[in-house]
Amino acid sequence: MNGAHDLGGMHGFGPVVLEPDEPVFHAEWERRAFALTVAMGGWGQWNLDMSRHAREQMPPAEYLATSYYEHWLWGLEQLLERHGFLARAEVAERLREGAEPTRTAVPSRAGALRPADVPRLLRNRRAARLDDPVPPKFKAGDAVMARNINPTGHTRIPRYVRGRRGVVDRDHGVFVFPDTNAAGTGRKPQHVYSVAFPARELWGPDARANDAVYVDLWDDYLDPV
Amino acid sequence: MAHDHDHADGGDHAPEHHHGSTDDPAHPHNAPLSDVQLRVKALESLLTERGLVDPAALDELIDTYETKVGPRNGARVVAKAWVDPEFKRRLLADATATLADLGYIGRQGEDMVVLENTPRVHNLVVCTLCSCYPWPVLGLPPVWYKSAPYRSRAVIDPRGVLREVGVDLPDDVEVRVWDSTAELRYLVLPERPPGTEGWSEDELAQLVTRDAMIGVAQVGAPGTSR
Repeated sequence: MNGAHDLGGMHGFGPVVLEPDEPVFHAEWERRAFALTVAMGGWGQWNLDMSRHAREQMPPAEYLATSYYEHWLWGLEQLLERHGFLARAEVAERLREGAEPTRTAVPSRAGALRPADVPRLLRNRRAARLDDPVPPKFKAGDAVMARNINPTGHTRIPRYVRGRRGVVDRDHGVFVFPDTNAAGTGRKPQHVYSVAFPARELWGPDARANDAVYVDLWDDYLDPV
Repeated sequence: MAHDHDHADGGDHAPEHHHGSTDDPAHPHNAPLSDVQLRVKALESLLTERGLVDPAALDELIDTYETKVGPRNGARVVAKAWVDPEFKRRLLADATATLADLGYIGRQGEDMVVLENTPRVHNLVVCTLCSCYPWPVLGLPPVWYKSAPYRSRAVIDPRGVLREVGVDLPDDVEVRVWDSTAELRYLVLPERPPGTEGWSEDELAQLVTRDAMIGVAQVGAPGTSR
C-alpha cells in the first residue's frame, strides 16, 4: 500500500538528531508495548508481514504524528482484535472503568510465553528463508527494472524504486514473498536480490554519479531490462 | 554512543517523544498517566487476566534487550575482524554462519550481511519502510533510526545526513546506502582507525560505536571523541 510508512525520498521532516547515551527504552510503557508485541506474536497467529501490514494501516496523519512504539501498539491492537484475542472496545471499556487498571493474578494458559521460554523464542530461526528449490530469474550483474506496481495490500517495494533501473548485486536465496504472506494467501517462495540503483537513476542529475542505493527486492518486483 | 546497560530512569529523551509520556524527572511517576501509558496498562491487564501473557515473561524480554543484547556484541565482531584476517574473510563471505559461531543468532538477525567500509567505499544502512535492524549484534534500534528524518533522507541525501552527524566524506568516496526492505540484516564493518597497531581485541572493541556499525559514524583514532 502507498502508505505514510513508505518514507524514502520525502522532504520536510527536519534534521537527523542523534541522542547521546540513548537508553534502550524511553518510558515504561515502551518496555511493556515492546514485550507485549513479542509475547503475543509467540502464539503464532500472525506472521511478521502481517504485523508490519497492521502498523502500516494506521491512518497516515496519525502515523506521522506518533512515535515508533505507538505504531507497534496500534498494530498489536488491530491484530488482537482480528484474531479474536481482545476487542479494541474492551480496552476502551477498561480505560473508562478506571485510571489505574488493576492486575488480577491468573495463571497463564498453556501456550503463553513463560520466562524460561524467552531465550528459545529469541534464538529460533524464523521462517522467512525457505529451502524450496525455486530457480532464480536473475543473477549478479543482470540489468533489471523495478516494476511500476501499486498494490493496495502489504508490499516491500518502496515507491522510490518503482519504474527505475538497477543492476543485481547479489542473489540472497529463496524467501517468503511478503505481499502474499501478509495477506495469508501463501508463501510464494522466490529469490531476493540486492539491486543497486545509481543515485542519478533514482533522484536525477543533481545526485552524485558515484553513489547508489541497494534495495532488497523479490523476483515478483523485477523485470529484465 | 549507547551503553548496553543504560536505563531510562532520569535519562535523556528524544525530541520525537513528545506524544507519549517518558521517564522524565520533570514529570514524576505520581503525575497523571498519559493516554498511551493507560492504554498499555489496560492492554497488559486484560491479556494477563485472560492468561494470554505472563508478566514475568515480559520482564524477561525487556531485560534481554536492556542488559544482554546490544551493540557491544557488534563491537566485539568488528574488533575481531580487525585483528584476524581469516575471520574477516569468513565474515564478509558468510556473515550468518560466522556470527552464529560466536552465538549471535536469532530474531532480526536470521540472515546477516556484513558490509566493509574502505577508503573508497562508505556503506550506510537504513530501513525506509519500517525499522529493520540487526538485533543480535546491535540490540534494538535507536529512536533516530526509526524516525522519519532518517528514513526519508538516508536514501535521497546520504551525504547531507552524514555531514549533519559529523561525517564529511571526500567526493571520490562511493556512498552505498542499503535499504533493508527484506529479511537480510546489515552490519557495517568500519575502517580500523590509525594509531591502534598492536591493540588487543578488547581495547579495539571499546572504540567501536553503534553508530559506526550503522554507517553514520567513523571510528575515531584514539584520543579523539568520535
